[in-house]
Amino acid sequence: MNFLAPIGAVALAFLGHLGRLVIFTGAAVSHCVRPPFYPRHILRQMIDIGYYSLPVVGLTAIFSGMVLALQSYTGFARFSAESAIANVVVISLTRELGPVLAGLMVAGRIGASMAAEIGTMRVTEQIDALTTLSTNPFKYLVAPRLIAGFLMLPVLVLVADIIGVFGGYMVAVYKLDFNAGIYLSNTIEFLEPLDVISGLVKAAVFGFIIALMGCYSGYHSKGGAQGVGTATTNAVVSSSILILTFNYVITELFFGT
Amino acid sequence: MTPKIRLNDVKKSFGEKKVLDGVSLDIAKGESVVVIGGSGTGKSVLIKCILGILLADSGAIEIDGEDVTHRRASEREAVNKKFGMLFQGGALFDSLPVWENVAFGLIQGDHMNRKDAKAKAIETLAKVGLSAEVGELLPVELSGGMQKRVGLARAIAGSPEIVFFDEPTTGLDPIMGDVINDLIVSCVRNQGITALSITHDMASAKKIGDRIAMLYQGKLIWVGDAKGVDASGNPFVEQFVHGRAEGPIKMQVRR
Ligand SMILES: Nc1ncnc2c1ncn2[C@@H]1O[C@H](COP(=O)(O)OP(=O)(O)OP(=O)(O)O)[C@@H](O)[C@H]1O
Ligand SMILES: [Mg+2]
Repeated sequence: MNFLAPIGAVALAFLGHLGRLVIFTGAAVSHCVRPPFYPRHILRQMIDIGYYSLPVVGLTAIFSGMVLALQSYTGFARFSAESAIANVVVISLTRELGPVLAGLMVAGRIGASMAAEIGTMRVTEQIDALTTLSTNPFKYLVAPRLIAGFLMLPVLVLVADIIGVFGGYMVAVYKLDFNAGIYLSNTIEFLEPLDVISGLVKAAVFGFIIALMGCYSGYHSKGGAQGVGTATTNAVVSSSILILTFNYVITELFFGT
Repeated sequence: MTPKIRLNDVKKSFGEKKVLDGVSLDIAKGESVVVIGGSGTGKSVLIKCILGILLADSGAIEIDGEDVTHRRASEREAVNKKFGMLFQGGALFDSLPVWENVAFGLIQGDHMNRKDAKAKAIETLAKVGLSAEVGELLPVELSGGMQKRVGLARAIAGSPEIVFFDEPTTGLDPIMGDVINDLIVSCVRNQGITALSITHDMASAKKIGDRIAMLYQGKLIWVGDAKGVDASGNPFVEQFVHGRAEGPIKMQVRR
């Protein structure tokens, strides 16, 4: 029966992690909605997440829009359905690619840096020092990051949607010789508000997940530099997987029949 | 009178390793107790248990008669307000300038406005021999001894009722070490602060402590008046005080 032992150990470790994550999330959310708040910290995190992620997310979006237009053109030409390109570009971007790609890029950029920063504070006892100075680390470190992630990702994704559509437009008009006016009217005419809204809801959830996993991994990091490294990796991997999982769940909630 | 800090049979292990094995100690208000003991005997762990950074496995820890044994530091905000702590490793906030480190408890804990808090921080920095210009630097730009003094300033800036000093004079030159000793003594004598300090420096221990306690193998094997430490009659204490390699305490080293 020895081979069962390692399986059991892994399962127990997983359940332990899950339990700790649930408790962490509960504590973190309750501190997000109870005063005192730290507006300066929230603002700083918002700038970090929103403003400084713009170049990365913008570049991702513009190339995604461009490649979408090109791919759907070569595909749809077989069915003489080129007129659907504008539609395909805008719907894929707003519903799927905008939030998912922005989420993954920000997970790499922000999730990693949150885990590294909080992890370093943990291993150098700065988090312990916070509590001895009557400051709750959840309030001071975690809550501002969660709030900023939750609020800024939708903004980023909205910008990414617009930039992505613009990328598709460039390829369609300047490379594939579409009529600019018709392309734009096609884009707008078939776009439903729900397409955009579902994407923004996803973005908010992803932003929360990124900040949560970044803070959680950092907060529970152990040891020295190596522990912080592990925490950083865990933050990026776990938030990426959770983003893709929740992407399916939210899509199912909005569009599943 | 209820003691300020009461430890009753406190135990703490890490896995198989027993670090604290039944520590009992009462510290009265306004008293200064110094804990001595070999490296790795659990002095820092003892302080962290009192602060709630680590949870004791068993026993009881009371602050002003209030049992805090099973509450983590983050779950006892009212008690934390009484504490000031100098960490052995400094634990300065590396993203904040020095003055903001010192003023942190005033701004975040006591909600003082930033301008007054800064003035108070600079005043406290002066007490540990650091100028206002140093206040504008980041912790990484300081020497080890300067960081230690900033940590000390941060611990006392909020006028706590109880301060913990984990090796306050380690890494300081003898003169600055004595300045810090005087500062700790004046905190205790003039402001009525209760202090629990850890040190390896016997001169400093005798100067800042009313009582000295020696931790060995998880227990306080000797607690007594600071003046009597040289003539304790306890072979373990004698060996430690005189720093002899030969004696009942065996260091885990291979010859
Ligand atoms: N978080 C921890 N996890 C596991 N073991 C620990 C932990 N913290 C301390 N220990 C162990 O507990 C023992 C006591 O550590 P502690 O830091 O209290 O020593 P100390 O008496 O302060 O020594 P020093 O004078 O060198 O600072 C050490 O053997 C250490 O290995
Ligand atoms: Mg120590």
